[in-house]
Amino acid sequence: MQRFQIIGAGLSGLSAAITLAKRGFSCNLFSLQPSERAQSVLAEGGINGALNTMGENDSPALHFADTVRGGVQLADPNAVEGLTAHAPEILRQLEALGVPFHMKNGELILRNFGGQKKKRTAYAKSSTGKIIMSALIDEARKYEHAGRITRFPHHEFLRLLTEGDACTGVRIRDCYTGSMTDYYGAVLLCSGGMNGVFPGMTTGTTQNSGDVTAAVFAQGVPLGNPEMLQYHPTTIGIAGKRCLVTEAARGEGGRLFIERNGERWYFMEEKYPELGNLMPRDVVAREMFFVRQQPEAGGQVYLDMTALPEDTWAHKLSDLRAELMNYLGTDPKHTPVPVHEGIHYFMGGIAVDAQHRAGRNGLYAAGECACQYHGANRLGGNSMLGALYGGQVAAQTAAAAGADLPEPAAVNETEPYAQPASPVLIHAVSGILLDALGIVRDAETLQAARERLRTLSHAREYNAREQARLRLAEAMLLGALERRESRGAHYRSDFPQTDEAYRKTTVVRCLQDSVSVTFEPIPQRKGETDRAI
Amino acid sequence: MQYELWILRQDSPESTPYRQCIPFETDDPQMTAATALTQINETPGITDSEGNPVQPIRWECSCLQKKCGACAMRINGVPRLACDAKLAECAKKGRITLEPLRKFPVVADLICDRSVLMKNLHLLQIWFEAETKADETVGDLTYDAARCLQCGCCLEVCPNFYADGDFYGMSGLLPAARLLTALPDIQKHALHRACRAHLYEGCGKSLACRNICPAGIDIDRLLVNSNAAAVWKRRMAKKKREKSR
Repeated sequence: MQRFQIIGAGLSGLSAAITLAKRGFSCNLFSLQPSERAQSVLAEGGINGALNTMGENDSPALHFADTVRGGVQLADPNAVEGLTAHAPEILRQLEALGVPFHMKNGELILRNFGGQKKKRTAYAKSSTGKIIMSALIDEARKYEHAGRITRFPHHEFLRLLTEGDACTGVRIRDCYTGSMTDYYGAVLLCSGGMNGVFPGMTTGTTQNSGDVTAAVFAQGVPLGNPEMLQYHPTTIGIAGKRCLVTEAARGEGGRLFIERNGERWYFMEEKYPELGNLMPRDVVAREMFFVRQQPEAGGQVYLDMTALPEDTWAHKLSDLRAELMNYLGTDPKHTPVPVHEGIHYFMGGIAVDAQHRAGRNGLYAAGECACQYHGANRLGGNSMLGALYGGQVAAQTAAAAGADLPEPAAVNETEPYAQPASPVLIHAVSGILLDALGIVRDAETLQAARERLRTLSHAREYNAREQARLRLAEAMLLGALERRESRGAHYRSDFPQTDEAYRKTTVVRCLQDSVSVTFEPIPQRKGETDRAI
Repeated sequence: MQYELWILRQDSPESTPYRQCIPFETDDPQMTAATALTQINETPGITDSEGNPVQPIRWECSCLQKKCGACAMRINGVPRLACDAKLAECAKKGRITLEPLRKFPVVADLICDRSVLMKNLHLLQIWFEAETKADETVGDLTYDAARCLQCGCCLEVCPNFYADGDFYGMSGLLPAARLLTALPDIQKHALHRACRAHLYEGCGKSLACRNICPAGIDIDRLLVNSNAAAVWKRRMAKKKREKSR
């Protein structure tokens, strides 16, 4: 029997596992903690699919156009076409798993979300991720019972096993016992975003440390667009992290303002009359950054939800209200919420093609750890969709390429990646990156950060994980430095214009002693040449 | 504000537990037990109240905002999430005790092995055998049931639950309740029987779990409705209707 090794048990990992199991294949599902603790449970506002249930003449073609435009033309159009074409089917699959989306008379009710002109976001109040995860966990359990999915919670990925250019398996450590085992087979990385590179400064979980991405990068797997960090416009600071205020708050009518000369200035509505507060996240976050700098403005942006109707609070955002009351001590129904941009999503990551192959035989990546679908800026509602669809595609591709394999083998040698990175180093790296990879960047700051990182890199001997972390940080800085334009989440004050010459994927590779960057063309949309003729 | 964190330490499943007192100072009224543990582990050379070095404290966390259940532990004797336990609110005379949940085997320090929760869901066969669709008339029940964190706090206070026992407790009932709201006919007999055997009959109706759920799930309502469907073969309650005038 073929075995597939899936790293990560969130939405993309579960999606891949279920896809494989449905086809009769068996897989191992490794995760630091059970699926119930995955970051996917934090996804709030909803999941996109052009079901056209709201009488707005929506279509997958319009979803495609919004996604590509929202990503400022940096996403692979063929991959996005697959994503948006399959989105309605994915929503139907979730419905068939009993997901209690908001419905009326048997039809899904869809809500407005950022950067999209149609209502196409299905939701379950503002805990959509948790509700979908509960359904997928149950579905996976069915296949666990059938012996096709084997779960390994509290197990940690250490590194890939390779033979020449091919990936042949993974080295895994049981965090409870410390024992290590080599598992052979195709590897599907579904390990989430690189939140741990910025500890305490993102909306994600502590489990998404970025260690998997760092380790495979250090092992020679290329990264795509690592400079593309999404700052979500509306987050609040809570103990130990940034806490998301879902975009659904604006989708349901929430308005951003700042005090100016003693009056409320609804700057998004004034500057962008069509989409207003629902412009793509990169635009909103940047506008917030700039309006705060204005001398006559108050310095604090607020999200005003005080005019939302009672029904919306009762049936659509009740959990958001409870959360904000818990953390802020004020009722958003009556008091505007002070909000700030916060790191929320990593559009960049492990470089994959439209079939989710990650640059070498036997290796695939999906979900937030992969660089796919979102280009230079992700639209709200597309992350869960990308994770579910990406997991399916990665599994289908891997299933078509499977091979017979050796049995798992216990590891008795010393493993360099078993040593954790020191928190002191993690915070030092994070500090350097945060100074340079903000909403507004420039060459001088990025160069200075690279110098600081270089000095830090030579300060002492580092273990394998620490070295990988330093390399990953260098990749992010180098990508941001070399992309001499502004596009989506990457805004350069010294190159404020979008430059067609950079409508390419930043591909960063880890070499023996350095990190190299190239810009590689984005695939042409299939059929586009024919259409042009 | 100076706190004393009394942590029940245990190096391995076999070793003898011991208590370690770590002085911890903060002026932040929002400081939680979770952030305190993070800071302690990130402070090089930190010592306990007797001047001994503090080895890294093993504990689990993930979301830090009450949505994943990873950091459940006993805090001053009460099972709760460390990310939701503000030191300023739960300290008694500046003293806070942190202990692992007791109903599950300890792995190390504050980590316990809660895999019995997953095992019990397997035994209950919590999955849909056929395609289904959520019933929108009971959508709020399905939604609430799907919010269970599987943290184990409700089992910790339950007088009837013990690991490897026949009674699976509220963390088994909630996922079952999700299924019961939209259960295909082919599964009804089996799930109803399992619910009766492992969720209804062993429950002493102490309702100790009532106010302990960190997710604030309305346990009474789900318990009543699940029993109605699985045991008494009645329909689940529709949405609360507005009272007619």
